[in-house]
Amino acid sequence: MKRLALAAALVLLAALPFWAGGSFYINIASQILLYAIFALGLNVLVGYGGLVSLGHAGLFGIAAYSAARLLAAGHGHLAAIAGALTLALLAAALFAALALRGTGIGFVMITLAIGQIVWGVAYRWISITNGDNGITVGSRPQLFGLSLAAPARFYWATLLVFLVALASMQMLVASPFGASLRGTRDQPRRMAALGYHVWMIRFLAFLFSGFWSGIAGLLFLYYNQFVSPQAVALTASAEVLLMVISGGSGTLLGPVVGAGLVVVVKNVASAYIERWNFVLGAIFVAIVIFMPEGLVPGVVGLWRRATARTPSRDLVGVVEPGKEAGR
Amino acid sequence: MTALAVNRLSKSFGGLLVTASVNLVVEPGERRLIIGPNGAGKTTLFNLITGELRPDRGTVTLFGRDITRTPGWHRVHLGISRTYQIITLFPHDTLVRNVTLSLLGRSRLRWNPVARLDGQAALVGRARAALARVGLEHLADRPLVQTSYGERRRVEIAMALAQEPRVLLLDEPFAGLSLEERRDVLQLVAGIPRDVTIVMIEHDMDVALDFAERITVLHFGQVVVEGTRGEVVAHPRTREIYLGE
Repeated sequence: MKRLALAAALVLLAALPFWAGGSFYINIASQILLYAIFALGLNVLVGYGGLVSLGHAGLFGIAAYSAARLLAAGHGHLAAIAGALTLALLAAALFAALALRGTGIGFVMITLAIGQIVWGVAYRWISITNGDNGITVGSRPQLFGLSLAAPARFYWATLLVFLVALASMQMLVASPFGASLRGTRDQPRRMAALGYHVWMIRFLAFLFSGFWSGIAGLLFLYYNQFVSPQAVALTASAEVLLMVISGGSGTLLGPVVGAGLVVVVKNVASAYIERWNFVLGAIFVAIVIFMPEGLVPGVVGLWRRATARTPSRDLVGVVEPGKEAGR
Repeated sequence: MTALAVNRLSKSFGGLLVTASVNLVVEPGERRLIIGPNGAGKTTLFNLITGELRPDRGTVTLFGRDITRTPGWHRVHLGISRTYQIITLFPHDTLVRNVTLSLLGRSRLRWNPVARLDGQAALVGRARAALARVGLEHLADRPLVQTSYGERRRVEIAMALAQEPRVLLLDEPFAGLSLEERRDVLQLVAGIPRDVTIVMIEHDMDVALDFAERITVLHFGQVVVEGTRGEVVAHPRTREIYLGE
């Protein structure tokens, strides 16, 4: 049953360019997927590590800017992508070394500060970043000899990367390292007393998170063929954090649903209302009030309550909604 | 060689001297009881030994090795395991998952990001064996939140024992237990083989008296009396501290 649903979802996603009805919708789907990858990356820290970052757009942007610079300097796509990911990982290591001096609100504030530094550099260091004008990229790369210029082709490439990201998340969560990471979220002192190197576990999780943020940044760059300081602004960091929280942090599908919600509201609501941020804000408030754990755990909980009417099944299914949803 | 030696160990929080130049020598296989009224600095002493706190002065030695500067997580790998007075476990996980996490803490496998934890049959098997050792194998697959306080206490001990420590530190293992549960835990602790050195903290002297060979009385961060069970019980200072005479 579960496999069947998964296969159906995969077919539906793969065939999206044929039923979505036009390149506008295909492009929205690509946006959702690339932001889903970003949110999945952030969720490793927020959901499984219990470390809330407000500077992840910095990592996303460093990958995008690096690739854009390398391409502008005449390097090929492969070199640009490899260079950008290396720089994003180095930046993640530096960010982590600084931010992991604190936890809780301290961690939030340090990541926020670092994110703002990256934004400041993007905005002001004009000789490197071209300031407010941003950097334009001439072409999209080819995958297996196929050009990704057309919306459908780019969508398929993004879908492929998204599926790899999702699979890697599932693998991490079920792995011994994933269990270690969740342990450091719930009981860091206890984990240290059990022999776990809490700092190193968090550091490695930060690198993993930074890697996928960098991948998402690259997709963002190639999708828009343009990057500007807006990509690394605080609002971008806050937006991806809201995707994770609204969808359900610490679940596999929560960040994906959150990314879908934000991108759709942004694109649909902005067509009707100028102040679409207001609509998004109202939706977030509603989620926080009615489903404080996020949409995915909230809906799973509702569905459980609706189906588990008989007491015998109720007894079997006593599981925290948030714990099960992601598995 | 001594199992655990604490030499002139001091720690203060602000102006409050919580551990005042404490000396402690525990021989291999010994069963040591540390007693003292509330605020005597018993748990702080444990935290200094396990590395959760750094001492202001003094040293901690484990089987001849100076571990004063060794980080806490690494001391576990050198053979120190502990339980907590306030139970700190993973409430939404099953009992067997709790113990598995404990075993994983001493295994290289804990860094593995690609294997499936549920697929580690050897590790999970050892976790079940550790639960059997404390008589909880029948509850192995139950979430911790659905167990009693006394059962959780035994899970704590199972987790510590699963790590095969050389020195086991038990922080008030009887606190909050019923008389019957205390008997079970005492029996459990008494059954631990002699290759494990045990240091136990207790607030209430009567409970753990049968268990101890040597007793250290701590008061305002200082060692006041130390000796065999008979010596300590008969000592006037002990009576003074405990009975307020």
